Amino acid sequence: MMTLRSLLSACFVVFPAIVAGQALDPALLSKPLGEAWPTYSGDYSGKRYSTLKEINQSNVKNLTLAWVSRVTPGAGTAGAGRGFGQSPIIIGGEGTGEAGGGGFGGPRIGASILQVNGILYLTTPDNAWAMDARDGHELWHYFWKTKGGTHIGNRGLGMWGDWLYMETPDDYLVCLDAKTGKERWHKVIADFNLQYFSTMAPIVIGNRILIGTGNDLDEPGYVQARDPETGDTKWTFYTVPMKKGDPGLETWGTLDGARHGAGNVWIPGAYDPETHLYIFGTGNPTPAYTNPVSRSGDNLYTCSIVAVNVDTGKMAWYYQVNPHDTHDWDSTETPILVDGEFQGKMRKMVLHADRNGYFYTLDRLTGEHLVTGKFSEAANWAKEINAKGQPVRDPAKDSTAPGSLVSPDNAGATNWPPPSYSPDTGLFYVPANDAYAMYYLTETDPRGAMGLGGKDEVGLGSLGASLTAIDYKTGKVVWKHRYPGTGGSLGNGILTTAGKLLFAGDNGGNLVAYDPANGKILWHSHLGQVSNAPETYSLDGHQYILIAAGDALYAFTLY
Amino acid sequence: MQVGRKFMLTTSIVAIVLAGAPLLAQTPSQPPRPRPVRAPAYPDRPPADPAVLARGKALYGVHCNFCHGSDARGGEDGPNLLRSELVLNDQHGELITPVVQNGRPEQGMPPTNLTASQVSDVATFIHAFKVGGYDISRMTPPTILVGDAKAGEAYFNATCGSCHSVAGDLKGFGAKFTDPKILQNTFLMPGGGGRGGRGGQSPVHVPPTTVTITPATGPKVEGRLLRIDDFTVTLAEADDTQRTFRRDGDVPGVEIHDPMKAHKALLPKYTDKDIHDLTAYLVTLK
Repeated sequence: MMTLRSLLSACFVVFPAIVAGQALDPALLSKPLGEAWPTYSGDYSGKRYSTLKEINQSNVKNLTLAWVSRVTPGAGTAGAGRGFGQSPIIIGGEGTGEAGGGGFGGPRIGASILQVNGILYLTTPDNAWAMDARDGHELWHYFWKTKGGTHIGNRGLGMWGDWLYMETPDDYLVCLDAKTGKERWHKVIADFNLQYFSTMAPIVIGNRILIGTGNDLDEPGYVQARDPETGDTKWTFYTVPMKKGDPGLETWGTLDGARHGAGNVWIPGAYDPETHLYIFGTGNPTPAYTNPVSRSGDNLYTCSIVAVNVDTGKMAWYYQVNPHDTHDWDSTETPILVDGEFQGKMRKMVLHADRNGYFYTLDRLTGEHLVTGKFSEAANWAKEINAKGQPVRDPAKDSTAPGSLVSPDNAGATNWPPPSYSPDTGLFYVPANDAYAMYYLTETDPRGAMGLGGKDEVGLGSLGASLTAIDYKTGKVVWKHRYPGTGGSLGNGILTTAGKLLFAGDNGGNLVAYDPANGKILWHSHLGQVSNAPETYSLDGHQYILIAAGDALYAFTLY
Repeated sequence: MQVGRKFMLTTSIVAIVLAGAPLLAQTPSQPPRPRPVRAPAYPDRPPADPAVLARGKALYGVHCNFCHGSDARGGEDGPNLLRSELVLNDQHGELITPVVQNGRPEQGMPPTNLTASQVSDVATFIHAFKVGGYDISRMTPPTILVGDAKAGEAYFNATCGSCHSVAGDLKGFGAKFTDPKILQNTFLMPGGGGRGGRGGQSPVHVPPTTVTITPATGPKVEGRLLRIDDFTVTLAEADDTQRTFRRDGDVPGVEIHDPMKAHKALLPKYTDKDIHDLTAYLVTLK
């Protein structure tokens, strides 16, 4: 029998051209995830399920370190080429750089890393690097001198042909030459004076670069399509009503309330090439914790799954997973597109696990609601599930002056760490945390607070965090792997593979391989920390597992 | 709001026992860690000339206050100006002036006869407000004492009395707190996340979670639990010597003793009324 390795080697001989250039073949983006990792979730579906299976249940115990590489953000440090000479540093930016450098608390790779034609492309806030995927040596480093903005993270790059695209915390889209790291141009994508900050990984669909931003000051959320050559805006889709007559305005108290209602889009969505629908989650409404008249109502299209036609920028459908959120629980977690059986019929679906503790299955052609399940046992903020499948908020669990005991805490039952879906098991995997907090209302002004103001939250800790597997057909939890110890955190995301493996960082700083059918542990390596979702790629017929741990990148393989 | 690493780590709860309870090892409370000073994410505007500010405030009071509120956060009819796109992009009145002079008749805003120089003064006044959602200066919490102390006493006797006594370990408990909110947070999760547990303010003492290791052969080992995952467990013995054990499934045996177990078990059970009643009762224990 021909092994996968020899099969792939044979392909290499036949098609040497695929390694000759660095440009991304756009056809790769629509294919199931395999040798390359050309976009945020690996492919457009959001599944983070790789068809690679050289590494599988039978040999994962032999997985070993191939290389480790460290990055140093900032202007002052040319990269350590380690025998390859110093790699070039390219400096751009409109500011002094004093307010930035690497992000909160030092350098931390919390991004998806692209792997295209043997080169890795990765980021931290204000920084981008290219590295050789075979040994991790640095090829170039780009540093953006920032004006400021919230440096909470950067979720990675988008790629179109030879060009890379990065968002910056001070609201620029920067286009880089993938070969050299040299800047082609940068364009403003949001108004810094309005306190926007931009962290999303741009998503490339055809000749459109899709971007979104963040904001904690009541400014409206939007998705934009930008031209890959010029950076010019092709269309803008606001997630809240912006003028009289806009749909959804009836779900706000006032137009001014809607226009300052947030719903920011800061995590990439998924894309369905058949329908041309880009399907993404929107952030919470603001003011986040108070209930002024200006936002009375359901606050469309915040905390929703929204499908927008990428050609027109027009909304095809929406489903609001969390009407009138009052806990700052963004619904931006990446939705996953799945074709599968549902009640005896094949259906095209979208699956979403929300920060609010609930899981949803929808029809992705129409937005029709199919299933709501509760994956966080502790979640206690909803009175009931209504006929549309939406949890109905209990106003007594809003922030109150004497305090409300609420689960999830503000960080949520889950958050940006990417979930995964394996067609081998039919299960959806999400890192979940059962944490409680006291929410105290501190704003007595009936006009409400601004942004995230108006409450004082006191964390009471977690009853535990788990790797959680959910059946999309029922919304029920099929298995949970509870991390040992007396606390919990949200983890950093999940990868599944055709090798019948699930890779995830645990709460103890280990990269762990599990059996996706039951959560049984098959392999691990203690890295001290894990800071992004595991990824995989194949080069020269060999599969690699890639993981970030703070400022370090580790690649594992079989020998 | 986007969430980063600091917010995502839910404090791993360190166990605590209330003052006066018999303790084996008490961990001294940690002084607050100094926070690194960073440039602000969004720069504040430079401080204004007090004379200009005074002129602007007077003009604002006459012409703007009624609709936009004395704090510019919106009033009877007018919107919040602090989060307005036009105001945020204005430097010295250059964007505000045409709006103030011409009004916005379609939205019911009348024109005024203010000069550009006067509007610039008004702009200075508006720009002097802090612009940010999380404004500590507005945090003036009303009292949290709304509960029924009698009901709280009944709840205490039924639920807490098996471990605690108001004549014993909780004698004078209410007198230890000046802020009932800290008292409330403390009984919910003594020394847990957030205020009251850190920074040396908590009047309760924090004993550690401990662990008992039962190796396949040899004697049991006991100590403070430092970390545990599926693969190793590390403890500190009484003399602070650290020992790490490899875990292979159920070997060695690992038994965690979390002194907060009973407090955690209550989290899914409390109603908010229970909590508020308990607080109202516990503050009376002077």
